[in-house]
Amino acid sequence: MKVVLHIWRQSKKSTQQNFAQDGKMVRYELDHVSADMSFLEMLDVLNEQLTKKGEEPVAFDHDCREGICGSCGVMIDGQPHGPQRGTTTCQLHMRSFKDGAEIYIEPWRAAAFPVVRDLVVDRASFDRVVQSGAFISVNTGAAQDANAIPVPKPDADKAFDAATCIGCGACVAACKNASAMLFVGAKVSHFVHLPQGRVERELRAKNLVAAMDKEGFGNCTNQYECEAACPKEIPVRVIADMNREYLRSKIKEEPPSNKRVGGDG
Amino acid sequence: MKLDSNIPGGPIQEKWDTRKFELKLVNPANKRKYKVLVVGSGLAGASAAATLAELGYQVECFCFQDSPRRAHSIAAQGGINAAKNYRNDGDSIWRLFYDTVKGGDFRAREANVYRLAQCSVNIIDQAVASGVPFARDYGGMLDNRSFGGAQVSRTFYARGQTGQQLLLGAYAGLSRQIGLGTVKMFSRTEMLDVVLVDGHAKGIVVRDLVTGEVRSHAGDAVVLATGGYGNVFYLSTNAKGCNVTATWRAYKRGAGFANPCYTQIHPTCIPVSGDHQSKLTLMSESLRNDGRVWVPKAKGDKRKAHEIPDGERDYYLERKYPSFGNLAPRDIASRAAMQVCDDGRGIGDTGLGVYLDFRDSIARLGKDAIAARYGNLFHMYAKITAEDPYSQPMRIFPAVHYTMGGLWVDYNLQSSIPGLFVLGEANFSDHGANRLGASALMQGLADGYFVIPYTIGGYLAGQKAGAVKSDHPEFGKVAGEVAAMTKKLLSINGKRTVDDFHKTLGKIMWSKCGMARNEAGLQQALREIPALREEFWKDVKVLGSDATMNQSLEKAGRVADFLEFGELMCRDALERRESCGGHFREEWQDEGEAKRDDEKFCHAAVWEYKGQNQAPVRNTEPLDFENVHLAVRSYK
Amino acid sequence: MTWLFQFWRSSIGGKVIMAITGFLLFGFVIAHLLGNLQLLSGPDKINAYAKMLHDLGPLLWVARIGLLAIFVLHVATGIRLSRANKAARPVPYAREATLQATFASRSMVLTGLSLLAFIVYHLLHFTLGVTNPEHYARKAAGAGGHDVYAMVTTSFSNPAIVAAYVVFQVVLFFHLKHGIQSLAQTLGLSHRRFMAMIQKLSFLLAAVLAGGNAILALSVLFGIVKAAQ
Repeated sequence: MKVVLHIWRQSKKSTQQNFAQDGKMVRYELDHVSADMSFLEMLDVLNEQLTKKGEEPVAFDHDCREGICGSCGVMIDGQPHGPQRGTTTCQLHMRSFKDGAEIYIEPWRAAAFPVVRDLVVDRASFDRVVQSGAFISVNTGAAQDANAIPVPKPDADKAFDAATCIGCGACVAACKNASAMLFVGAKVSHFVHLPQGRVERELRAKNLVAAMDKEGFGNCTNQYECEAACPKEIPVRVIADMNREYLRSKIKEEPPSNKRVGGDG
Repeated sequence: MKLDSNIPGGPIQEKWDTRKFELKLVNPANKRKYKVLVVGSGLAGASAAATLAELGYQVECFCFQDSPRRAHSIAAQGGINAAKNYRNDGDSIWRLFYDTVKGGDFRAREANVYRLAQCSVNIIDQAVASGVPFARDYGGMLDNRSFGGAQVSRTFYARGQTGQQLLLGAYAGLSRQIGLGTVKMFSRTEMLDVVLVDGHAKGIVVRDLVTGEVRSHAGDAVVLATGGYGNVFYLSTNAKGCNVTATWRAYKRGAGFANPCYTQIHPTCIPVSGDHQSKLTLMSESLRNDGRVWVPKAKGDKRKAHEIPDGERDYYLERKYPSFGNLAPRDIASRAAMQVCDDGRGIGDTGLGVYLDFRDSIARLGKDAIAARYGNLFHMYAKITAEDPYSQPMRIFPAVHYTMGGLWVDYNLQSSIPGLFVLGEANFSDHGANRLGASALMQGLADGYFVIPYTIGGYLAGQKAGAVKSDHPEFGKVAGEVAAMTKKLLSINGKRTVDDFHKTLGKIMWSKCGMARNEAGLQQALREIPALREEFWKDVKVLGSDATMNQSLEKAGRVADFLEFGELMCRDALERRESCGGHFREEWQDEGEAKRDDEKFCHAAVWEYKGQNQAPVRNTEPLDFENVHLAVRSYK
Repeated sequence: MTWLFQFWRSSIGGKVIMAITGFLLFGFVIAHLLGNLQLLSGPDKINAYAKMLHDLGPLLWVARIGLLAIFVLHVATGIRLSRANKAARPVPYAREATLQATFASRSMVLTGLSLLAFIVYHLLHFTLGVTNPEHYARKAAGAGGHDVYAMVTTSFSNPAIVAAYVVFQVVLFFHLKHGIQSLAQTLGLSHRRFMAMIQKLSFLLAAVLAGGNAILALSVLFGIVKAAQ
């Protein structure tokens, strides 16, 4: 089959504030594409041809090519990871496209994800959010026996459903507000459904939301595009979990201790 | 090369305790004065970096991916072994130790394996405490399953994404330390050389993959946790970025490389579909718990699977290995698949494939039960092949998956360069000539969480903290060499792309040094690889500059190293004139079963670099089996 | 106060404020509809109701100021959030696609701003008597200065005014349809069964409310409610 590609080309890293002038869409024609190729293998073929012609290949992030590392991810015709639900770009196959299709390929667009080059974006903002609290503060060696605290199966399953997030950024890319709430909600939901994670739930919710806001992600307007775009099909229930946890933490928050509420008595 | 395995004395059960007591301690107040450089952020690297930072050391951690969470440990599917004996089915530390030594075809170091089995139980505790959502039963207790090569249920799992969940647990711990400022993380940063000062590893030279800047980092010790070299075959189940560069450059600085020929070919991967293919996808070994492997009895039988009656099917694993059946260890199952395909009974268009059939399990347990166990794997298979594994059997074929060889390390995980420690798949120590299923995650985490935090202290206690800074002239020299290589790659401007060379190398490796090897083939590969390497340095085409992100340049450097490494691998395979585990020499077999030569080869082969265009030297570390006695491995 | 301000400034805090103020405004709109439905029972009922409200005196002003504050907070927070959202995506996609978002959810800002314009008009029309002073004059003329019945029925005899009111009820429907179920999600209700129920309830409440308002205007236009002479 034959396809026509329109790909965002950008040679230098954008500043924190992305600009539309940083790059442009470029048209390529590609012949002899096999339906059994993955989308990234199709880009590999394009890159081989470009290199032979003396044009620099298209940069794109990818690694495991089996849908779990979360490296890959491009906007394909306005849909993160392309038209197939629950599928990362690397597991999308060309059989999902018609012969002669015109395909628009763009990087994730968000202020918090500056474009590094072509289709590669900088998702370090996700890591910084995680560093602010998406963990359980347990040092190596301090753990008790793994079966000491039973975890009800439905809770373990809910935690797992959230923990399955691969951190690809499709949720941010899909959201018209470039909100990261599905990603951050997944972290909150993962830990709050486990007894081990409940110990520091208030601090976690507060810190994660503060870090998320600081990175310049947008707000959730409950359109649920993220849920449809998520290659791991994480439900928007995790955002409700996060909202609840955040509210809970703010309500339980004590005023600074030097201000005594009750006065001397 | 002096190879002192440095194994503590005493009975095997007490060796690790003995060593922990023998090791000198670093005073808590002094720990923050020492800096440790951890290269790699997979299970071994992330757990090591986090744990060392918790202890109080300054840590710098490096990964080439855009985030430490993306290291290839993330892709492990099946599970992690631990001798918890929660199932009351006769498991114990001793049995896990025994199974691993036997599974490794008696080519692993006993003392290391015993320690691995001991640490396994702590790993599960640690993972659960850090929030890993392992599968549980309705009573809220951890669930287990049995896994290839074991007759007890000791494998803990999180659906088909155990590696992901364990890595995210380790990554969470690492992230916590980064947030606390005790670990400085350098992502999109590739290590390109190790720097030795007075014979000790005191730093590394890296390239920032975004800006192209070549930088020096000095430390008091260097930890390599950079994974395996399966991508020397081009097609493997490894991630595209997996490479041998870090360990290879360390080798060229004087670290011994042990048993490079030991590669594991995993029996259950999706067969290759065409020339465009960029990687192979693994289907978890756990599928063999409920799937039955077969091919038609008749050669060239092109009927559809369901048209072939039971009587005309050859369930060859069940036939040849009645006691283990479909759960035979990986090397055995892979070789058996190759034999039936060589016999002309392979299935699919290419004839390179066998069936993994769930028909009987679905009939016995129901479709829902099968979907609950393997739903995500079936889904993945359907996505890739556009075939429905519920209604027709999966097509599978062996593929390169894991490499047991790696940098030689002593009992303390220190390489032959003092101060250079090697963890996880990057070292050679625990799996011998074949790794059992669900043991890679165990080893990575044991090394990172529970071994290196002790042993590195023993080394650091004898070192003056911060003695070497990155302005030491040796750093400038090494950084100059690194930059020169980059410039060279960009200046050739030949005709063939990097991938083109990589694919050619992969074909040589797979046909001559793959599942079955022989003298003539290896000799031929040893002529072909240097010729290909020479062509590479004359005719490779790498565009762009070294001052920006340049993915072709990254690949070119890695392939350049594979072109050198592939030769060493073939050389090792040639010199090991026996068959053992994943290394199968056609000249040494008993009707298709690997035939060891314990007289001559009960040792680890450790290669020593002698300079460009010089033959490397093969040293040996003898292996003693005092607790598990040398025997012919039988799974019949 | 810093606690409250910080809460308002945070993304989720802002959303919660939107949800709570939205809920209160929704409550007001329901009460407003229930009160106005008395129009259907003839002039005496509705005029007495108007007088009763008016006689509340200072209390009425407290309610009005409170309502205004809630309203301003809802609008101001909405504007702050949507500005932040615009800033979060500085470069648009060359190709846009919608995966599963409803029309209602995608047009909250648009419907919200339209409603703001409509409410201003509505106040100018009935409360302040600026747009159609002749209608307002009818209120003052009869029933002790509280002839709301005359004012409303005269207005809704004009097809253009009715058309404007009905169109804005459609806008209100879409705003509420998304707003009500959004509220549950924002306040952290994540139970799958209840969420499905709330989505249906949201549609129903929005339809009843907007429909009820529209029926009032239409029933005057079509003579079901007799216009005052």
